[in-house]
Amino acid sequence: MTSELIDFTLVSVALLGIGIYGLAVKRNFIRMLFAVEIIINAANLNIVAFGRFLPHTGGQTMALFSIAIAAAEVAVGLSLIIVAYRMYQNVDIADFRSLKG
Amino acid sequence: MADAAFLALAVITIGSAIAALEMRSLIYGSIALMGTLGGIAGFFFLLDAPFVALFQIAVYVGSIAVLILFTVMLVKRELIFKKIEDKRRKFAGIGLMLVIMISLGAVFLDSGIKTITTDEPATDFKEIGVDFVTYYWPALILMGLLLAGSVTGALVLAKREDVENDQRAN
Repeated sequence: MTSELIDFTLVSVALLGIGIYGLAVKRNFIRMLFAVEIIINAANLNIVAFGRFLPHTGGQTMALFSIAIAAAEVAVGLSLIIVAYRMYQNVDIADFRSLKG
Repeated sequence: MADAAFLALAVITIGSAIAALEMRSLIYGSIALMGTLGGIAGFFFLLDAPFVALFQIAVYVGSIAVLILFTVMLVKRELIFKKIEDKRRKFAGIGLMLVIMISLGAVFLDSGIKTITTDEPATDFKEIGVDFVTYYWPALILMGLLLAGSVTGALVLAKREDVENDQRAN
């Protein structure tokens, strides 16, 4: 292994920044889900990278649980997108106002 | 220092993450997201975690990205190719991104992480399997229940109540 921990951490920070940019700027529901996915993957990368530097399998186990839970989150998120799209015929979150009164 | 494979993977991952958010078409965007997820799987291979890498490919690239593609296909064609974003917030968002990257990066570069190296051999993935069925078995069962519950919830949410069963057949 020639790369060091700091390299993986910096890639993870870059992905986190891109994800936060997407969440702040985009108003398309599906694109915001992309941004959330990117942030979750940055976190997983960090977990596995730190876990590599321990003589322990805990990091990889944690990453596996995290991936499985992210899959559940995406399933619910996509069905929410479908429901909202059916109600408003749009994916712009500025149109989803019915809870705002 | 970083080697060539690492640099190539970093360019692929970060470049396709930007492409996923900035491409005009949502379909190309979700294919670029597949590139990001595959790049992360490559990083897992570099980190000597082949089990997690293959899990990532199976779950993310294989199922989540395809699920997103199918959801995109349900949306109207004009909406797929329309960019919906706040013009005023664009520069603020880029500024926020740069602030986060530079400040967190500076903190990490200044901290003790930089000097951490390891001579430990990589952990065997057999141990992960043993851990899963011995130490972590309650968590594993809970995770299965959570997945089943969330998939059932997603199905119930997406069900159309205005369509009768005989209409559905047509």
